[in-house]
Amino acid sequence: MSMVPSLESGSVRRRMAWHGLSPVARRRLFWGLFFISPWLIGFVAFTAYPIAASLFYSFTDYNIINRTPHMVGWNNYADLLEGRYDTWKSLRVTLRYVGMLVALATVFDVIIAMLLNMKVRALSIYRTIFYLPVMVPVVAASLTWVWVLNPNYGLVNGLLDRIGVEGPAWLASQRTALLSLVLVSVWGSGRAVLIYLAGLKEIPMHLYEAADIDGANAWRKMWAITLPLLTPQMLFNVITLTIFSFQSIAAPEIMTGGGPNKSTLLFGYLLYLVAFENLKMGFASAMAWVLFLVILTLTLIMFYGSRNWVHYER
Amino acid sequence: MSSLAASDALVRRMEYGYTLQRIAAHAALIVFGLIFMLPFLWMVSSSLKPNADIFDIPVRLIPKTFVFTNYPEAISAIRFLRYLGNTFIYAFGLMTGAVLSNVFIGYGFARIEWPGRDVVFIIVIATMMLPAQVRFIPLFILYSNWGWLETFAPLLVPAFFGNAFFIFLVRQFMLTFPRDLDDAARVDGAHELQIFWRIVVPLSRPAIITIAIFDFMWGWHDYINPLVFLRDPDKFTLSVGLRLYFSQHGAEWGLLMAAATMFTLPMVLVFFFAQRTFIEGISFTGVKG
Repeated sequence: MSMVPSLESGSVRRRMAWHGLSPVARRRLFWGLFFISPWLIGFVAFTAYPIAASLFYSFTDYNIINRTPHMVGWNNYADLLEGRYDTWKSLRVTLRYVGMLVALATVFDVIIAMLLNMKVRALSIYRTIFYLPVMVPVVAASLTWVWVLNPNYGLVNGLLDRIGVEGPAWLASQRTALLSLVLVSVWGSGRAVLIYLAGLKEIPMHLYEAADIDGANAWRKMWAITLPLLTPQMLFNVITLTIFSFQSIAAPEIMTGGGPNKSTLLFGYLLYLVAFENLKMGFASAMAWVLFLVILTLTLIMFYGSRNWVHYER
Repeated sequence: MSSLAASDALVRRMEYGYTLQRIAAHAALIVFGLIFMLPFLWMVSSSLKPNADIFDIPVRLIPKTFVFTNYPEAISAIRFLRYLGNTFIYAFGLMTGAVLSNVFIGYGFARIEWPGRDVVFIIVIATMMLPAQVRFIPLFILYSNWGWLETFAPLLVPAFFGNAFFIFLVRQFMLTFPRDLDDAARVDGAHELQIFWRIVVPLSRPAIITIAIFDFMWGWHDYINPLVFLRDPDKFTLSVGLRLYFSQHGAEWGLLMAAATMFTLPMVLVFFFAQRTFIEGISFTGVKG
């Protein structure tokens, strides 16, 4: 297909592009578009339109009650930067949450995967145990954790009490609530363990044999072979976990309601509250775009930064 | 190939005799595994305790007396069976939509070379990056204008128009079939629809099963979409319904844990019967993604 740079109108150019195609290519274009047509329709209705509408709403005072949106320029964004609805506090809480979660989950998941990779017996039982939390519906899991972490009657503090340790108030305390959410999320990160395990199985054995001949010990082999060759999976898991955890609504909604004292007011959840409790659809749309930009920026930084630490050669 | 290499490697490792390390690994796995299991055990154990024992101090993981009354009570306290049925409708509808649409769309991206295909495919992948929150508000308004908020439509209809993650998965899978396969059929004058239906669909069975299980599970789990888009209490799924044990009865822990157990059990069964598919699907998306 040759693109003709000219002053001709779009329709003429399109027709020329169509005519420029061989009959075979035309047939393929027809069938290709035919097969992807459900996606094309869905993309317009459920993605492209909402993106455009959301951008538009973010410059209006739209709420569900007053049905006509009024343009307010950059006001929503300006208010957001001034911290209306605690946006700054929420953003700080979210960054802490994502940072702790990604760090803890990565360390924990890699350790579990390496243990599972050590030719242990009953691998499938262990694998099931670590994957099981992923199978529990998020609502059932969150409600169970509220009960497990209950300061007075919950299992965790009950067990700590037996060994003479006075447990913290977990979700009920401003100091430990966010950490509790992080621990619950780490508990549910078994999917990543499976991905790491698959990555470990791909590492060629001859590398370890060569290291053995050179007299390297297990510790040295882990840092020189295993971890560097696991970095592609780390990049994938870190990026997907970052993207997902920034959008988290269910966990804070069910377990803390953003409290105590807004210490778990995650940005995605605050956005939900502003949109569907306060019905400030315009302001919430602006928040959604800020959220998107934050996620996009961090993802791009991770992608470009990954050149320094991800090893693709095998 | 890789599993062969892996088992080969395992045999060699045994020869090296890492017995001590393996014992240490087992010990660590057992400790971590127990910690991981505790919330489940606590959930099931609480569901079997009589109301009087729920708040016992010191806590006991094994109930003093076992009762099963929490289960029938949990079912009658809220409209459990109704929500269970709705959850099935949602999960099953999503699964149907996902299988029908994504296999069809995947064929268009994997088996036909049309001008502009790769650019469009990049757009498909890019849509995965967009936070759900960006779309929620306009879609809510749109569905409200269409009168969809009182029905299952907001949850089910979009599933019939493809999903970037599954399109990606199916495409990767279909790319592994030899090119000659459909070219030969084309030379014989077969129609694209015939090639799709007679050759590619039967070969894609593993990918279809993966999508079906993943999306059924997704529908069973999903909390946010029912929360935002279901305005009619008759249409609530269990995810949304479970919260009613809180508001109506002021946290009836015994009932809630019984309901949570019943809500979780089908997923655990799905996992046991489809373990292989799960592990392969997840490993595949992670490594190649």
